[in-house]
Amino acid sequence: MEAAYIKRKADGRIHIKSGSKGDQAVRWTIITLAVLTVVAFLFFNYAGLELGPAIKETAYNVKVMFLEPALNHFDLGEAIYQVGVTLGLAFLATIIGAIIAFFLALMAAANLAPVWVSRTVRVFVAIIRAVPTVLWVLIFAIAAGLGSEAAVLGMLFHSIAYLVKAFSEAFEEVDKGIFEALQSTGANWWHIIRSGVLPSTFTYLLSWVFLRFEINFGVAVAMGAAAGAGGIGFELFMASGFYFDLREVGFITYAILIIAVLLEVLSTRLKKRYLPAASN
Amino acid sequence: MSLLKVEGLGKSYTADKKILKNIDFEIKAGEFVSIIGPSGAGKSTMLRCMNRMIEFNEGKIIFNNQDVGSLNKKELRKLRTNIGMVFQHYNLVPRLSVIENVLHGRYGYKTTLQGLLGRYTEEEKERAFYLLEKLGIHEHAYKRCDQLSGGQQQRVGICRALIQEPKLILCDEPIASLDPNSSKVIMDHLKSISLEMGITCLVNLHQVEVAQHYSDRIIGLNNGEIVFDGNGRNLGEEQIHKIYGTKSRELITA
Amino acid sequence: MNEQTMRKSRWQTGMFLLIIIVLSYLSSAITAFNFVQGLATIPKALGWIFSNLMVTQESLEKLPKILEKLAETIFMSIAATTLAAVVSLFLGVMGSKTTKVNNFLSVFARFIASVSRNIPVVAWSLVLLISFGQNSVTGFLALFVGTVGFLTRAFIESIDEASQSSVEALTATGATYFQIVSKAVIPQALPQMISWVLFMVETNIRNATLVGILTGTGIGYTFDMYYKMLNYNAVALVTLCIVITVIVVDLISNHIRKVIL
Repeated sequence: MEAAYIKRKADGRIHIKSGSKGDQAVRWTIITLAVLTVVAFLFFNYAGLELGPAIKETAYNVKVMFLEPALNHFDLGEAIYQVGVTLGLAFLATIIGAIIAFFLALMAAANLAPVWVSRTVRVFVAIIRAVPTVLWVLIFAIAAGLGSEAAVLGMLFHSIAYLVKAFSEAFEEVDKGIFEALQSTGANWWHIIRSGVLPSTFTYLLSWVFLRFEINFGVAVAMGAAAGAGGIGFELFMASGFYFDLREVGFITYAILIIAVLLEVLSTRLKKRYLPAASN
Repeated sequence: MSLLKVEGLGKSYTADKKILKNIDFEIKAGEFVSIIGPSGAGKSTMLRCMNRMIEFNEGKIIFNNQDVGSLNKKELRKLRTNIGMVFQHYNLVPRLSVIENVLHGRYGYKTTLQGLLGRYTEEEKERAFYLLEKLGIHEHAYKRCDQLSGGQQQRVGICRALIQEPKLILCDEPIASLDPNSSKVIMDHLKSISLEMGITCLVNLHQVEVAQHYSDRIIGLNNGEIVFDGNGRNLGEEQIHKIYGTKSRELITA
Repeated sequence: MNEQTMRKSRWQTGMFLLIIIVLSYLSSAITAFNFVQGLATIPKALGWIFSNLMVTQESLEKLPKILEKLAETIFMSIAATTLAAVVSLFLGVMGSKTTKVNNFLSVFARFIASVSRNIPVVAWSLVLLISFGQNSVTGFLALFVGTVGFLTRAFIESIDEASQSSVEALTATGATYFQIVSKAVIPQALPQMISWVLFMVETNIRNATLVGILTGTGIGYTFDMYYKMLNYNAVALVTLCIVITVIVVDLISNHIRKVIL
């Protein structure tokens, strides 16, 4: 006798997949992405592209870039100064962003603010995030005049959006018992934030801020190149788009790479030290 | 005739500390043997030397007339199909269905290509259902493994070992993560597997009483050495102290 | 907490704040950033945005053209992300602690990931532009390289997390390496990996704007063109289109995530 719990296909073979909604969603997502990718290649604009020579040339360019780096249009001191400018832009955007994000996150955390407030802040943040940073910078550049103010303000938006999300999640993980204990002593909302929420999440918040600083360094480089915000990114743009000097492009790339790897190593250390402890 | 013979087995990761020292024992086909000892005595390491999940440094292991230590990669794979393994944390793939996890036990018999295509024969699937029914979890066959309780997951783990048609099953702390009721179910199943199917069982255990209740023979391990080997009835106060107690004495004197 | 440790922790907090203030001052000095002026520009900028960045009837006529470029950008991002995911899958398996073939390949995979992630997308765009010219392939490749770096790192983490237990169990059954990876590790890690891919599609649509400005392709080019023509109504329309696209993609991927995770 056939047991009722065995599921068979039409041809009598036995099913083995759980056939859950999740599995199917995974499959359809992959199929959709694959089809869209094929379609993408059919629709691409291939104007002026000669693949063979382009690859050969790029390989040569990359070789020149990485194996023969040199500075021709400015000296090492200037290069360090420009890296400093980029780091400065990133730092300012991060620190101002962190301060604003802290207050917004208090309003976005479901356990600290009324539902309608936290919803409003979240929608607001999602819209801010949807506008690419470079557009923010360019829009501010017309409105406020080109300069470091436009760059910092433009970069601020995404820093705030990113940190509000991270901070509010951290706040929501704070133990309920702490609130109860402090409320029972008659502490008001600000007291609870200052002596309950802040101490128990501080290192966690700090790690996120550093993580954002790492990201902002990359963003600041990009803004220098695409929005004329100055710093090493602008020099990179000049070297490749204006002077066509691949050796200089190589040197600048190395400079950026070194800083980026350094920041990454530091933030990985911080993450290992503080984030797992805080999430457990 | 012995199915498994261990001679002078030794294992060390660093030159100065030996995890296993000069281990000798022999296990007959169909025997149910428990290995007991405190944490860190080397129970898990020893068990994993049997199918070379851990490479040993000294001595010899003979399984089914084969020198385990001298096998090449392909022969080792073949050897492993004959040895089932059950883990403390079940080691299932949580997202896959119960039946898929059971069928994973058949890969040792397949070429890489067959495995990649995921082809199982209908007999294999029927067999998988037969085993699930035997362990009483057939109605969960199409559930994802992470939806099952610990005891149920361990039964899936046992099915995965059984579908290999093994001669020997190695169980590494099979009930250490389970509540008393589930533990009893699991141990009963293991015992009946050895009695009805004649499969040899080598089980790492924490609890002395469980070992005494279920096994034909007990091996006591302390600090990488065998300090007891015999029937559970002969395991008295003094022997238990020898297996578990040395450590506390060392702590006091040191 | 006794008085001494309290004093110590207060001292530490003070030092920390001091360092932050000094660094902020140095940053402001080197970038010529004027905090007060910066603050003052915010209302001015907002006023400008609300009075100039308006979608008008006239700019709506440009919508078909904008949508065409937007579609190019979306396709570019999806293609770059999907193909990068395929490459990252191999690098991720090679780089993961539990599924690595050997140490050399593992370090190699991590090295490739780190370099391609940390060299800014700007540098790739500019170098590729020189030989590939102003077309979709340039934008595609620039996004592709950066995505490989990011996804490889994410995949390594997903695989590490997914494979710990099952690799041991399947090795013990006598399964081969490829069987274990394809039938136990990848099925387990797949939903997490798809979640990362969706995240990257969304990120790449935003990055495509930047890459587009630099390489003259897609919606970035359209934005740059209207921006330089001082046609701010069209700029507003382009921005609006990007915002809607990103939010829609975000909503779709959140929905998929909810089902698969």
